[in-house]
Amino acid sequence: MRVGLMIPCYVDVFYPKAGIAALELLEKLDIDVEYPFDQTCCGQPMANSGCEADARATEELFIRNFAKFEYIVTPSGSCTHHIRNKFIATPPSPERDHVQSHVYDLVEFLHDILKVNEFPWAIFPHKVALHTSCSAIRGLFMQSMSERVHDQKFSKPKALLQGVQGIEFVDFERHDECCGFGGTFSVTEEAVAAKMGYDKVDFIDKSGAEYIVSSDLSCLMHLQGCAGRLQKNLKFLHLAQILNGDKE
Amino acid sequence: MSVIDQAKNAAEFIEDKTHEVSFDKLIWMLRQKRDEAALQVPEWEQLRDLASAIKEHTLANLGPYLELFEANAKRNGVTVHWARDGHEHNQIVYDILKSRDADTLIKSKSMLTEECGTTPFLQSRGVKVSETDLGERIQQLDDEPPSHIVGPAFQKTTEDVAALFSKVYGSDPNKADPVYLAHVMREHTRPLITEAKAGMTGTNFAIAETGAIVTITNEGNADLSANAPKLRICSVGIEKIIPNNEHLAVFVRLLARSATGMPITQYTSHFRAAREGGEMHVVLVDNGRSDRLGMEKFWPSLKCIRCGACMNTCPVYRRSGGLSYGSTYMGPIGIITMPTFEIRRYSELPFASTLNGSCTNVCPVKINIHEQIYAWRGVMDEKHQTPSLKKQAMIIAGKLLSHPEAYRIATQSTETALKVLPRFAIYNHFNVWGRHREVPAPANETFHEWYRKNRTH
Repeated sequence: MRVGLMIPCYVDVFYPKAGIAALELLEKLDIDVEYPFDQTCCGQPMANSGCEADARATEELFIRNFAKFEYIVTPSGSCTHHIRNKFIATPPSPERDHVQSHVYDLVEFLHDILKVNEFPWAIFPHKVALHTSCSAIRGLFMQSMSERVHDQKFSKPKALLQGVQGIEFVDFERHDECCGFGGTFSVTEEAVAAKMGYDKVDFIDKSGAEYIVSSDLSCLMHLQGCAGRLQKNLKFLHLAQILNGDKE
Repeated sequence: MSVIDQAKNAAEFIEDKTHEVSFDKLIWMLRQKRDEAALQVPEWEQLRDLASAIKEHTLANLGPYLELFEANAKRNGVTVHWARDGHEHNQIVYDILKSRDADTLIKSKSMLTEECGTTPFLQSRGVKVSETDLGERIQQLDDEPPSHIVGPAFQKTTEDVAALFSKVYGSDPNKADPVYLAHVMREHTRPLITEAKAGMTGTNFAIAETGAIVTITNEGNADLSANAPKLRICSVGIEKIIPNNEHLAVFVRLLARSATGMPITQYTSHFRAAREGGEMHVVLVDNGRSDRLGMEKFWPSLKCIRCGACMNTCPVYRRSGGLSYGSTYMGPIGIITMPTFEIRRYSELPFASTLNGSCTNVCPVKINIHEQIYAWRGVMDEKHQTPSLKKQAMIIAGKLLSHPEAYRIATQSTETALKVLPRFAIYNHFNVWGRHREVPAPANETFHEWYRKNRTH
């Protein structure tokens, strides 16, 4: 099994530890992982702004970098959702089909493909608020959706984290309401984005959580910025760092 | 007309902390009540499938169903008019009123007449128009359009209403009590109803097989508006047609539950014919609907039954306020319908969304709302409606991100990356990000650098 690891741009620059944790975790699980050196981005910033034509060359580069892998894994639900469901800037091709149908968020890869449920090297005796991104919930169906009241309740990221010793989950209000990041939205509608983030941080803070954990760092980057401004004493970690047994 | 700056309007709404907080709380409560109501109906998802299928069937056969409706309405003694657009609709209504010397008109809530600008049209021609829905009347007295399609005055607090009524009616400004305020309104509106020469309602559903106009309301004001005066006019958007009463049953089960969590509203009224000695007119209005029906990606928005569930769940709408959209329809459904009326004016609306998808999940007729929002963004780019600063940034980002060497130079040190990254990740500078949030702290080295040092030797 040969896996191509995609590290999103903001993880590369701002949260390299999460990328390293994802890599080390896959290595611990005896996966043959390769990080293609010429990778940049999936093109989502342009495509989400409606500028499909401007996303085309980036999408083509992505396909060139990753078409050779049996699986493409990334610690980002948002990028996975974009590649799997919205990769339309390039014309259809067998290579495009391949990357679209073989890309997995790290959570999906661990939960659905490798079917891992224990992380014996990981201990995390802390209260955790799990925030799952809208892309992961309503785009990748990694967790049941609060609007679909008759569906069976489940959460793939939570199921994985339950394999970590000592971890304690807290419930908080409006648990699957959007945090307000939304890509370019976080800047074009900064006032609304920040208010959504403040509300999310407040709900979580009231729950007694020590950590906000997510499989999407774009949400966390935004929430961390909001929590910092509100001077809330909350800590932020990508799920991969906990599963890998990182000490903060 | 100039482009609506939803982001700026929303920022102003948030700045005034009282209204944003109470609005979000009230509207979120409606979403919660909707969840509780849906949970009581085991076949909820099947009902949504059915409702969607009925609407799709009717829209696919709209011509024949409209003609069937017309034939049956005429058989009931109703006069049927056809209006190509809002102006024709208003002219038809005015001509009916004028030829019968009706200079006072009472109205029940109708988004279609908002869309057509009917009230200002009639008032500028000497007709005194009075809204009878409590919320709609509040907005009329305050000279403000509706902030929500189900509760027009949701954006106002009871204190706001007490102050407004005190100004208009001389009631106690300090008595912010809903019951008291409702009585004040009732006292002042009843005479308008009993004296009006004509009454007008909108339409929730028009039944092809019976020729009936169905309104679904709580206050009973639609029934009063339709029945108190001898002259009755019903405005109908052509997408409101459904085949028969059996189909209506599906929508009645979904509509109130989706809107407010109530199992059913107080009144579900079928208007089939004029009252004794009176006359009834129906105006079937297109106003862009036929064009939209021909839009491959956007026709499903015609399935909308105006429940407002997408607005109630929308985290952006709840924090922006309904008036920030500067449009007849607001929130997610407004984003995907308003550009069909005027693309330039509403070109920014598709960006007032995080694409979180919650709206699509609550829609009782299963409109793929968030996918349409995404598609509209593409249309705005194709039609050159993207603001030039943003477009330039996207061109630069597209170039940088497709050239690994250039990208690597830009991000090799996090210090330079901080300057460059926002250009592609978020097109603007971090000073916008930093207005309400801390800027992320740069790491010592990028993942790329770490990998080169630790895995390639």
